Amino acid sequence: MQDGWLDFEAPLVELERRIDDLRSLATSQDLQAERELEQLERKAVGLRRRIFSGLSSWQRVQLARHPRRPHTLDYIEHLFTDFVELQGDRAFGQDAALVAGLARFQGRPVAVVGHQKGRSTRENIARNFGMPHPEGYRKALRVMQLAERFGNPIIALVDTPGAYPGIGAEERGQAEAIARSVREMSRLRVPIIVFVTGEGGSGGALAIAVGDRVYMLAYAFYSVISPEGCASILWNTREKAVDAAEALKFTARDLEALGVVDGVLPEPEGGAHRDPRTMAATISETIAVSLAELDRLAPDVLVRQRQERFLAMGAYHEVDPA
Amino acid sequence: MSWFRKKVVPLSRVARRRQTPDGVWVKCASCAEILYRQELERSLWVCARCGAHFRIPAAEYLRILCDPESFEELFDGIRTVDPLKFRDGRGKYSEKVARAQGGQPSREAVVTGRARIEGIPIALGVMDFSFLGGSMGSVVGERVARVTALARRERCPLVIISSSGGARMHEGILSLMQMAKTCAELARLQDAGVPYISILADPTTGGVSASFATLGDVILAEPNALIGFAGPRVIRETIGQELPAGFQRAEFMLAHGFVDRVTPRGEMRAVLGTLLRYFTDSMARRVPHRRTDSGARAARNPFPAGDSSSPVLD
Ligand SMILES: [Zn+2]
Repeated sequence: MQDGWLDFEAPLVELERRIDDLRSLATSQDLQAERELEQLERKAVGLRRRIFSGLSSWQRVQLARHPRRPHTLDYIEHLFTDFVELQGDRAFGQDAALVAGLARFQGRPVAVVGHQKGRSTRENIARNFGMPHPEGYRKALRVMQLAERFGNPIIALVDTPGAYPGIGAEERGQAEAIARSVREMSRLRVPIIVFVTGEGGSGGALAIAVGDRVYMLAYAFYSVISPEGCASILWNTREKAVDAAEALKFTARDLEALGVVDGVLPEPEGGAHRDPRTMAATISETIAVSLAELDRLAPDVLVRQRQERFLAMGAYHEVDPA
Repeated sequence: MSWFRKKVVPLSRVARRRQTPDGVWVKCASCAEILYRQELERSLWVCARCGAHFRIPAAEYLRILCDPESFEELFDGIRTVDPLKFRDGRGKYSEKVARAQGGQPSREAVVTGRARIEGIPIALGVMDFSFLGGSMGSVVGERVARVTALARRERCPLVIISSSGGARMHEGILSLMQMAKTCAELARLQDAGVPYISILADPTTGGVSASFATLGDVILAEPNALIGFAGPRVIRETIGQELPAGFQRAEFMLAHGFVDRVTPRGEMRAVLGTLLRYFTDSMARRVPHRRTDSGARAARNPFPAGDSSSPVLD
């Protein structure tokens, strides 16, 4: 996976390399080379489109987990000004796997929460691979409730393999921290806009994803369990993660069809990591449009609609009781 | 039609049909003692030698905790479907459900309805671990949400006995969303000033522990019940070391501040009775001006002080 290429992108690699070589050699006077360059670029665009229009669920998982994929702090840099990170849950500690803070969106005060993965091994260890402990969720809730007190909207960026399964996490009540966050988000009296930007890993993702609007990036996934975890339980081997990924129907389009997300944001050619600025611009536009809609609702209506949204989710058949 | 609808079939007989071990003699999984079945049933499925609490089906809890013939099942018309057409290494989800139902299509991992405990009307949900590991899919989430709404409307305490391995994978993201659904109803219940007592039985993990099970105003746990977010196997594999003795057990959760009491099954009914009397008495006595505390909470109060339409004043 040199230079951030995934194995299914292999046909593109050689082409892109030739384009790069040619570009570095060609001068503006060299018409022959310029024509060749143009041709190759057209070919690359076509090939990339072909590859990316037929992605399997597993390939999407690889993209969502791509080490170069923009993470929460990258988006924060593009989306907001005056970001001030707030740290600590005021009870136990500071969790670097979940970032929370105050910022301005187009000048307007907002609160931001989001899982934070690292890029290098070193960063990932510091960020615990984006897997929060209870204190991370308690901090996020503290900051969200602070936003509520001042009537400020909340933007949540979801990107986690899941809440951390460890001894300390259990001792400090991982389950309770998630449950409380989910319950409290369901009644916060300010607009909440959620973006699943990469991995939406189960309860650890949902803990900050109870929103009035929930969007997914095109190559993100959002699932009740990781494909590997599902495969090891239902197929008896993690090797079957590819099959589990298909069976779980967790891609952005699947979730849109199931009524769980409001929209799928298109990603730049080749994925968000190929052009983070454009991706951030799409997110920014979506925030602006959603806020304009949600601003029109009185807090009571906002809360009622958010609760009703989640109360309506699920699939069952109902017969008259005998 | 329904399995134990309304006062017809004695619960003890219903309970015998399923999930409790067959045969005259039963071996305790914990201490290997051979126990006489009838004796076990009388001791509420608690081992006379070592005190181990056997996992028991919902119907047994109804027999143990509720006033005789007081349980009226509701929401059993909500039935399981297969929204993802899910199929794993062993076959189809729909077939798995059909097998677990055993010809009883209302069967699911939770039973909900009205009941009375020591004369006090309650809204009740009892999970059933023997049905697909007590996993929460759309039906469990919907039944729990409906019975929570029932408690709010009828202003009677909500009691839920949890026993679950977590969210049901076969319904994918819809199972995860049941966490949000049940929590949203609990927020409404709390805003309406109606109490919720959560009882944790072995095991309570995953999406159930990370939603309604850990949100009780009072949380009781059965002795030695496994309670946690992640399962012990996942934790062991993640951290690559053995887990300390007693890890994630009810007593461990008590020591770490996440349950109020570890209560043996034989005392559960009496403890519940005392708590329910406390809460119903409190609700009856409540004066509107005492209802609010912080500003944020006051803003959410659907029945502000002085509002004569408040049901508390009725
Ligand atoms: Zn025993």
